[in-house]
Amino acid sequence: MSFKIDETSDILIEIRDLHFSRGERKIFDGVDIDIRRGCVTAIMGPSGTGKTTLLKLIGGQLQPDSGTIKVAGHDVHKLSRAKLYKLRQKMGMLFQSGALLTDLSVFDNVAYPLREHTKLKKSMIRDIVLTKLHAVGLRGARDLMPSELSGGMSRRVAMARSIVLDPMMIMYDEPFTGQDPISMGVLVQLIRLLNDALGMTSVVVSHDVKETAAISDEICVLSEGKIIEHGTPEQLKKSTSQWVQQFMYGMPDGPVPFQFPAVDYAQDLYGVHS
Amino acid sequence: MLSNTVQYLIHAFWHVLEHAFQRLGRSHIFLFHIILGIPSVLVRPLLLTKQIYMVGVLSLIIIIVSGMFVGGVLALQLYYELLKFGAENSLGVLNAISLVRELGPVVSGLLFSGRACSALAAEIGLMKATEQLSGMEMMAIDPIKRVIAPRFMAGIISMPILAITFSTLGIIGGHLIGVDLLGIDEGAFWSQMQDKVSFSSDVMNGVIKSIAFGFVATWIALYQGYDAVPTSEGVSRATTKTVVYASLAILALDFVLTALMYGEI
Ligand SMILES: Nc1ncnc2c1ncn2[C@@H]1O[C@H](COP(=O)(O)OP(=O)(O)O)[C@@H](O)[C@H]1O
Ligand SMILES: [Mg+2]
Repeated sequence: MSFKIDETSDILIEIRDLHFSRGERKIFDGVDIDIRRGCVTAIMGPSGTGKTTLLKLIGGQLQPDSGTIKVAGHDVHKLSRAKLYKLRQKMGMLFQSGALLTDLSVFDNVAYPLREHTKLKKSMIRDIVLTKLHAVGLRGARDLMPSELSGGMSRRVAMARSIVLDPMMIMYDEPFTGQDPISMGVLVQLIRLLNDALGMTSVVVSHDVKETAAISDEICVLSEGKIIEHGTPEQLKKSTSQWVQQFMYGMPDGPVPFQFPAVDYAQDLYGVHS
Repeated sequence: MLSNTVQYLIHAFWHVLEHAFQRLGRSHIFLFHIILGIPSVLVRPLLLTKQIYMVGVLSLIIIIVSGMFVGGVLALQLYYELLKFGAENSLGVLNAISLVRELGPVVSGLLFSGRACSALAAEIGLMKATEQLSGMEMMAIDPIKRVIAPRFMAGIISMPILAITFSTLGIIGGHLIGVDLLGIDEGAFWSQMQDKVSFSSDVMNGVIKSIAFGFVATWIALYQGYDAVPTSEGVSRATTKTVVYASLAILALDFVLTALMYGEI
């Protein structure tokens, strides 16, 4: 099967006028994003805005209502299944939970894509797996089972697994959520390091502002189905949008109110029994 | 007022029906994909062996124990009834025929639903909830081929073996009670059985039934797990539904198959 992947264009992922809804609820309402090759691009927004959904759309696991997503020149949702699978071998994805296969050891988890997709010799697979585990600092944990790993370690194993086929890009779904400060620091550093050392393109989805801003070249802020702001971390910190200010500095009240929409407080208290 | 209620009921009924048909459709598409995935299982026998162990071998204990008890109790019941007609020597035949034709496939099918299918549904549901299935898809590995199809094959292969084991142990249990305890003539017990139980119409029909039960029960379990809502509540519901639907399907199918095999309808 001939399947060419464009290795040169400046824009690796091109999202145009994306619309997607779940039942009645519109999750994306005309989103345009360009993700540049070789950069770390962060997509930020509060929980439930559809960040995970966006990654699944890029990976071709969900079908948009309208609009296009092109990865390396291919419209993800128009590819045949076989071609989509070929493309996915070039796209790593790190799920929020790590998504390690619970019945395989760390070594076998990382070796899994190689065993499925290549005909490499045993010794070769061993070498590649150990290199990748070494890169995430877990060469010594190769014989552990996923249940024996801490949250940070599972994510690092999952990282090793996502880079084992040497993909052109990797997508991280909330890599910092629920990590202790040390694991957080390790993950932050690893994402930048892997991006630069392996010449990859990284997409980081997160709501941890400080950590994400520290490593990203570009940030897109997502709110209510639209990209409301994008630019370098410095540009965003100086943004004039109150919403972005509230999000970037984590203020409890602002354009996003502290109170969930409700009827007037006094009316509510006095009106209960009428 | 009344017409409103009626309208509401019709609407609700239609809604339920629509969803039921959607699920039925999805489950058949799912089955179609599994069947397409079977060739890829055959080239990876190791995946299949592991699942046969999980689904079949681990169910053996409950099958063996229940087989012994069901066979023993059956012999006890038959003995006192047959004694009234002076036909206690036919105990072996009756025992064997009931086991091989009915009780073996049906009871082991029900036990299989409770022991193996519930575990399958929970396992697949949890794999979905922990994003392992999505993870495989993103690694360009088809979870239907690697995860679902081997389990499906394992269910179909294990079920007839379990049913035969059940029947065999039932006959041994019947022998223990009938011959060793109640003192029926051992020669009559075996020779009548050999004479009257037909391999092609009794034993083989039992095997065919159990293959059909394995097919349906495993399909239900895998579909329920794969289609589960990916939360702990969703997985627990999927497990319960699996046992209920698989048991009912086995009983209904048994009726149909028995009518086709032995009936003159
Ligand atoms: N499988 C699903 N079925 C229905 N709704 C879903 C499903 N997955 C997510 N959603 C809804 O879609 C919205 C976006 O979800 P998600 O992309 O997970 O948000 P985020 O990752 O930004 O927290 C949420 O409101 C969520 O409730
Ligand atoms: Mg999410």
